Amino acid sequence: MTVVEHSAHEDDGPVLEARDLRVWYATDRGPVRAVDGVSFQIRRGEILGLVGESGCGKSTLGRGLIGLLPDGSARDGELEFQGLDLLHLSAREQRDLRGTDLAMIFQEPLTRLNPLMRISEHFEETLRTHEKGISKDEVRRRSLEVLRVMGIPPTRYRAYPHEFSGGMRQRLMIALALVLRPAFVVADEPTTALDVLVEAQIIRILHDLRREYDTSLLLITHNLGIIAEACDRVAVMYAGEIVEIGDATAVFSHPKHPYTRELLRSTISLSTTGLNYIDGAPPDLVEPPSGCHFHPRCPDAMRICAERDPVDRDHGDGHRAACWAADLSDGLSLSEDERAPLEREEIAVADEA
Amino acid sequence: MSSGSGSGSLLKYIGIRVLLVIPMMWVLLTLVFILLRVAPGDPVTAAVGDKLSPAAIAQRQHQLGLDKPLIQQYVEYIGHVCRFDFGTTITDKEPVLTVIRDQGGATLTLTLGAFLFAVAVGVPLGRLAGRRRDTALDAGIRVFGVVTYAAPIFWVGIMLVALVIKFLPSWPTFGIASPVVAFEVPTKTHIMLVDAVLYGHGDAITDVLKHHVLPCFTLGLLLMGVIIRLVRVNVIQAMKGDYVEAARARGIKEGRVIRKHAFRNALVPVITVIGLQVALTLSGAVLTERTFNWPGLGTALITYLNGRDYIAVQGLVTFFAIVVVIVSVLVDIINALVDPRVRY
Amino acid sequence: MAVRMPHWFRQIWNTKGLSRWIFLVGLFITLVFVVFAIFAPWIAPYHFNQTAVDGVKFPKLGSASSDHWLGTNDQFYDIASRMIWGARTGLEVVVMSVAFAGVIGVPLGLLSGFVGGWIDRVLVFLMDAIYAFPSLLLAIVFAFLLKNTLGGGVVAAALSLTAIYIPQYFRVVRNTTVSAREATYVEAARAIGAPPLTIMRKYLFGNVVQSVPVLGTLNAADALGTLAALGFLGLGIQPNEASEWGYDLSRALDDAQAGNWLPAFWPGLMIVLLITGLTFVGEGLNEGINPALRRRRLQKVVFPARTAGEEVSS
Repeated sequence: MTVVEHSAHEDDGPVLEARDLRVWYATDRGPVRAVDGVSFQIRRGEILGLVGESGCGKSTLGRGLIGLLPDGSARDGELEFQGLDLLHLSAREQRDLRGTDLAMIFQEPLTRLNPLMRISEHFEETLRTHEKGISKDEVRRRSLEVLRVMGIPPTRYRAYPHEFSGGMRQRLMIALALVLRPAFVVADEPTTALDVLVEAQIIRILHDLRREYDTSLLLITHNLGIIAEACDRVAVMYAGEIVEIGDATAVFSHPKHPYTRELLRSTISLSTTGLNYIDGAPPDLVEPPSGCHFHPRCPDAMRICAERDPVDRDHGDGHRAACWAADLSDGLSLSEDERAPLEREEIAVADEA
Repeated sequence: MSSGSGSGSLLKYIGIRVLLVIPMMWVLLTLVFILLRVAPGDPVTAAVGDKLSPAAIAQRQHQLGLDKPLIQQYVEYIGHVCRFDFGTTITDKEPVLTVIRDQGGATLTLTLGAFLFAVAVGVPLGRLAGRRRDTALDAGIRVFGVVTYAAPIFWVGIMLVALVIKFLPSWPTFGIASPVVAFEVPTKTHIMLVDAVLYGHGDAITDVLKHHVLPCFTLGLLLMGVIIRLVRVNVIQAMKGDYVEAARARGIKEGRVIRKHAFRNALVPVITVIGLQVALTLSGAVLTERTFNWPGLGTALITYLNGRDYIAVQGLVTFFAIVVVIVSVLVDIINALVDPRVRY
Repeated sequence: MAVRMPHWFRQIWNTKGLSRWIFLVGLFITLVFVVFAIFAPWIAPYHFNQTAVDGVKFPKLGSASSDHWLGTNDQFYDIASRMIWGARTGLEVVVMSVAFAGVIGVPLGLLSGFVGGWIDRVLVFLMDAIYAFPSLLLAIVFAFLLKNTLGGGVVAAALSLTAIYIPQYFRVVRNTTVSAREATYVEAARAIGAPPLTIMRKYLFGNVVQSVPVLGTLNAADALGTLAALGFLGLGIQPNEASEWGYDLSRALDDAQAGNWLPAFWPGLMIVLLITGLTFVGEGLNEGINPALRRRRLQKVVFPARTAGEEVSS
């Protein structure tokens, strides 16, 4: 993949920037290329949505940014956070950043709090770890402050996790993530386990975060409605790669990549008359398809798509996509042979060869 | 500490748990009665039938109430047990409660000593194996666990005796005290170790303690195998816990993550299962006592079994059942104190 | 027997590293003992109950020699012969007791879990009560009772052990049945209108019996230890009925206190080896059947060097 030039924006530079980031993890079949050459940046106070089907690598990307990966996984490429080279920090330095500067909100709030510890103990532990010698009153004051923002009454400060509902526990998790005012938060499907009303509440809280905390947020979800509601920009991920990224409204109104288009078509809304779905299943990330990873399922696939990796190109205003078809309609010249529609049978034979 | 409602629900939980003992006890007592009174026939004939005339047997049966209808005997048995009356032995005409008082102390110090040793060594070893999973250290600790589990406790005891006799001939290998010490120390509590301490002579205390070492070590090894296995599996499982990852995401130091998040949560199921090992401990104690000629309840049980004294066996087995039930309640209460979810 | 390799067996076979070795070592040890058990009369130099050959009495506590590979014990028996014959006794008792327990426990568990209601509650309560009781004491009581009616033979010993293991089968099978009953696929089967018995047979049985072989081998290991314990306490099989390692150990106790440890060493070693073998087989089966326990060897991630525009080789 080629390194893309970044359109410098008017406000101060990005909080976090990934260049050709790869996160692979080990299995007995060989490495799974869960994140395979991904480049993007997040600015201060910005919410970047990350969408894609299950298993496309979006959770791995989120964890990879925080440095919270299972044994046997490895990161490669460049990852810069506020001028720090995250991939070349020691384990200890990375740990010190987690909590204070980098934080994570998880999918399952019910199991993320230690059942044997009171809420107060969770806050004390977090604050004491990162701010040595902090007084008990200070811990209490700051914890209650962030709990208030999340709408948890101070009377519940000394309760145990099991005494809270799912939605409240997710708000507790957010409070716990924010008590140290981190600059960058990854929220991995924070509302998937919650019911719709609570979901709306949590999304509102996340959306309003930047006002109170000036936090940048990577919001991982498979729900396009949430992106439209809460995010400034959106990145669409497929088979370990970001296929399209840009302003949320621009991407949703004028998708450049066929995958984004199909994804949008397959969502259900009030005006939906029939169900659309994308044929086939996401590819095996141990041995991803050649060329564009989406070509076996793509309705617009051309011969070139199966042979050469598409190039990540800016289609104006930082709206980037990696797709030969999009390039073609933007005026890129391709040979007759390259443009010919892909015949699926040929691929099957080629695959066997 | 805990809020008003919290301690209230804790008390309620304990209350319910204690009430549940009654049906449990009843089932066990009925089982014991059916097995040892209904199934085998007349206990007097079995025990002393060859020594007494039919008239004398009938008289003994009448004395012990064995000529009454079985259902009446059953009701009386339950009633007596409720008043801690476990019957009177046929062979030596002693109340079973006296036997328990005289010999229970030796079993108590043996099992407690073994238990403390097993927990003190087994928990850290299990934890280490769990943390260093799949390393040579883990493999070594696991093999040790399997071998201590696979080796019959009495064989381990015998081999230890053989070793000690060879390399440390002065070390005591049987009994709870040297005959002189046993004779000197006045009996107050019927617990030899406590009596020796009360007696106050350093030599006597050392002697009794020395006698405890081999049996406690042997019985402890049996429990240790179970504990190592259990702690290891639970630590591995707890390390995969969602809250452990969440704690790492907050930048909590690895040592603290393991101590406060993984290990503490791993211990909750461990407490329950260790508590269930009372049964195993009692089984092991019977064998250990026979191996080291230890004057405890296991030895008493074997003596009465060989004398075919059904009443004594029934009384002792009843007592064991009560101990098991009481300990299981205690374990549940400790569990509730440790884990706030239980009392919820 | 099975025509093709069952699924779990292939899974064990395919696991790598330690787990597979544990299973294979266990299988090997167990098979050696099975060979001892079947061919004891041909392998062992003497009969287990033999104290003289051609009218010449064996020495008492004789040391190892070409006539007596492991020496003789205090009852003039040839130790090596009793060790080999002991495999037969041990395996006979263990197989019988585990089979009895399974035959009683599995159907009870299936019934209890599937029917539910008060039958389930009563059975669970009864089984829990038995399970809570120290297993050795239970075996002792049964051995004590059966000794007076059936004598000190192999069948009596097997029956004394049976009661201990019934609750374990009951529990496992009942709990699996209950959770399988509530699992979505059974609900789906019910929604299609499959009659209860079909569901029981088709959907539950396969699921439930998976865990039984594991329990069976682990219980076999435990039963062997309990049998030896009964023998050690003098409540097991009598020496003239069959050769039993636990009994030999109890005879050797006094010799050990007197400083002669060899007569005690050999029977104990046999018990340890066979229990270890059976435990290893059980663990291997367990890891094969329960993939959550399995840890496969991960291949280290090595990033291939980047070459611009070229697909990374796979």
